[in-house]
Amino acid sequence: MTGIEVAIDGIDGPAGPMVAAVAFGIEPGASLALIGESGSGKTLTAKSLVGLLPGGFGARGVLRVDGRAHPLDATDAAWRRVRGREVSLLLQDPFTSLSPVHRCGPQIAWTLEAKAGRRLPKRELDLAVAKRLAEVNLPARVARAYPHELSGGMRQRVAIAAALASDPRLLIADEPTTALDASNQAEILDLLRQLQLERGMAMLLISHDLGLVRGRTDDVLVMRHGEVVERGATATVLSSPEHAYTRALIAADPVLALDAERPDDALGNDADLGVAGRAPLISATGVVKRFGLRTVLDGVDLSIAPGQVVGVVGESGSGKSTLARCIAGLEREDGGSIVFDGRPLAPGRRSRTPEQMQIVFQDPYSSLNPMMTIGAILREALGVGGRRPDEVPAMLELVGLPADAAAKRPAQLSGGQRQRVAIARALAPRPRLLICDESVSALDVQVQAQILDLLGRLRDELDIAILFISHDLAVVRRIADTVTVVWQGHVVEHGSCAQVLDQPSEDYTKLLVAAARRDTTGRTTVA
Amino acid sequence: MLAVRVLGTAAILFVLSIIVFSMLHLAPGDLVKTLLGTRPASPEAVAAIREQYHLDDPLPVQYLRWLGGVLSGDFGESIRLQTSVSDAIAARLGLTLALCGLAFAIALAVGIPLGVQSAVRAGGVLDRAGTTLGVIGLSAPTFAVGLLLLYVFAYYLPIFPVYGGGRGPLDTLYHLVLPAVTLAAGLGAIVLKLTRTAMLRELDADYVTSARARGIPESRTRRLALRNAAIPIVTGASLLLTFLVGGTVLAETTYALPGLGTLLQDSVLFKDLAVVQALTLLVALVIAMIALLADLAYLMLDPRVRDQGGAA
Repeated sequence: MTGIEVAIDGIDGPAGPMVAAVAFGIEPGASLALIGESGSGKTLTAKSLVGLLPGGFGARGVLRVDGRAHPLDATDAAWRRVRGREVSLLLQDPFTSLSPVHRCGPQIAWTLEAKAGRRLPKRELDLAVAKRLAEVNLPARVARAYPHELSGGMRQRVAIAAALASDPRLLIADEPTTALDASNQAEILDLLRQLQLERGMAMLLISHDLGLVRGRTDDVLVMRHGEVVERGATATVLSSPEHAYTRALIAADPVLALDAERPDDALGNDADLGVAGRAPLISATGVVKRFGLRTVLDGVDLSIAPGQVVGVVGESGSGKSTLARCIAGLEREDGGSIVFDGRPLAPGRRSRTPEQMQIVFQDPYSSLNPMMTIGAILREALGVGGRRPDEVPAMLELVGLPADAAAKRPAQLSGGQRQRVAIARALAPRPRLLICDESVSALDVQVQAQILDLLGRLRDELDIAILFISHDLAVVRRIADTVTVVWQGHVVEHGSCAQVLDQPSEDYTKLLVAAARRDTTGRTTVA
Repeated sequence: MLAVRVLGTAAILFVLSIIVFSMLHLAPGDLVKTLLGTRPASPEAVAAIREQYHLDDPLPVQYLRWLGGVLSGDFGESIRLQTSVSDAIAARLGLTLALCGLAFAIALAVGIPLGVQSAVRAGGVLDRAGTTLGVIGLSAPTFAVGLLLLYVFAYYLPIFPVYGGGRGPLDTLYHLVLPAVTLAAGLGAIVLKLTRTAMLRELDADYVTSARARGIPESRTRRLALRNAAIPIVTGASLLLTFLVGGTVLAETTYALPGLGTLLQDSVLFKDLAVVQALTLLVALVIAMIALLADLAYLMLDPRVRDQGGAA
């Protein structure tokens, strides 16, 4: 009997059962996608299959690799013989899954030595490491580099080489591309697929993103609240989902919806028209920012009219967040001018008032003070704008939160609810410009859609201008009227959302759009 | 970078010398009376002493005279010992250095392995024992630990000598064991805590999970985590060296060791200004050097900081 057989009877945590019974098999050389949102139990499932569940968690069941049975509740000593040889786990974030103080070569070499069970001569090791690097399309000199000297995509390749150096029968990839830029995601997934096929190795690909697995896995398993709700061949599930949850996931997936008509496209075709006659609320001209010798912004122009949503897209390191921070006064620009409502603003925070602009950050888990109640957070923000503290219920209602949220602390709220609080806090001083810096990137796709709807509604109701920074073209497409594409501190392309994203004229934009669509075969079955 | 640092250190030493100089003058006691002791204080003798040590000059002049001497390499005469300050310090420096070095080595040799084991089996017997020992080591005053060790290991069980510095390298080492252990108790407790905390955090990091998930043996994984934890441990431990400077005064007094700590104590009591000034500056200089070494160690241990330093 060959291949992988998994029969999990259940995973229990300190707070009770976390994952119900689930069973699946993966043939050698085949791949299975496990799809679910955060909290669905997919990461626990992955960790239970390498015996690395966090403290307080326990799994019952058995993993069979080519007929060899490995009970999931085995001791750590027993798991050590299984990990690496039979199963290897690739983690989400290549920025943390490699040791920052060791060069890449040794990190791959450790896996090689662990498999050999003895120390290997240095020459032999160097050759083997170079071979493993070549497999993931990296030059041999990467072995001498420290992880921080490599890009995110290259780091994940090193992590893949390290995970595969023990030649496991099953590779579990836990959200392997979530931390990467769009243009790297497709490459990494295709590389994983190719390696898996070449080696006849089984792969379990864990993702929250249905669009990502299209064409890259044979089968798919959809999980929700610790239970499997749907399973089948990937193409079949994507084209004719049976369960309502799967349908909701597909509908909420911004990538799969990238081709869908936008509501206002149907009405006015170009939302730019609606605000074309209004003077810009804020305009930045020739903004330059350097950190040491590195020029992060090299003469960037941007203007936003009241009631307009301007999307700024670019990959990490493009300078888009620095631009937002210069406009907000959190960084001091080295050159150029920023004019708000006709008056120039000096660099820095002192020249700005809370009523001019507010910012909503990426991570609602760290941007709210965990020791304060939601009511106290909002009262403080209302006070900054000179408003009365009894307006807290009205602020909660504005962002669609129940009135009893005021007595809670951030830890008692979900990620989406926290981001609503962050938005309410930003709106409390009645700003005329709202800056959203990757404000939905940390949220699940369904919650993302809700927050985007909320921002759109607030724009209409309050007539505020929104600067929307994101690396995710599909998200920007949902909300922005015009789009500015930033690359290495320059504006590459600027225009209406439909024009830039549907008929990009610059090569870099085309690359971004292609990566966001993750063009693969079978693209047309949905949408 | 380095030039700024040297200038900054020089400025700190200058300000410190003024503060110490003024404080010693403000403190109660009279050098003349101390020098004369029980002998009758005839006006002539008093005048002669005041004349010899320029005690009638205005304070700024006294300070500038001292400063001029230091700048030309002359740290003055010790009134109490009647030798040059440089000789007085040089004669005792070796013992104090040996004591501090031994104490530091013991603290590291015990604290780091114990901290690692405590973190690896957090909540286990060793961890709880280590935490208890750590609390005792941290909270017990140095002189109390010293007296206790003296009673147990020099009086009831006469294994170690009660006082003195010994003759010859081996005998000195033998004499230094108890004082070093005394000093190392508090130090080792902090090293243990530092190591345990840093290791716990590193063992929880993604790269450790990732290493375990690809079958890398536990011993290698632990070394990997320790190498990462070394950054906070080394920077923390080097700051602890400065703690030794204060502790050595207490330990040397308890064990009657002729080191710099007892020299400093006696000189302060005697108002032997030149010695106190020179010792204060020496201590400040050593602390500045340690801080510099800690920063260099940081550069050596963390390639990320190294690259930033190279770019800036």
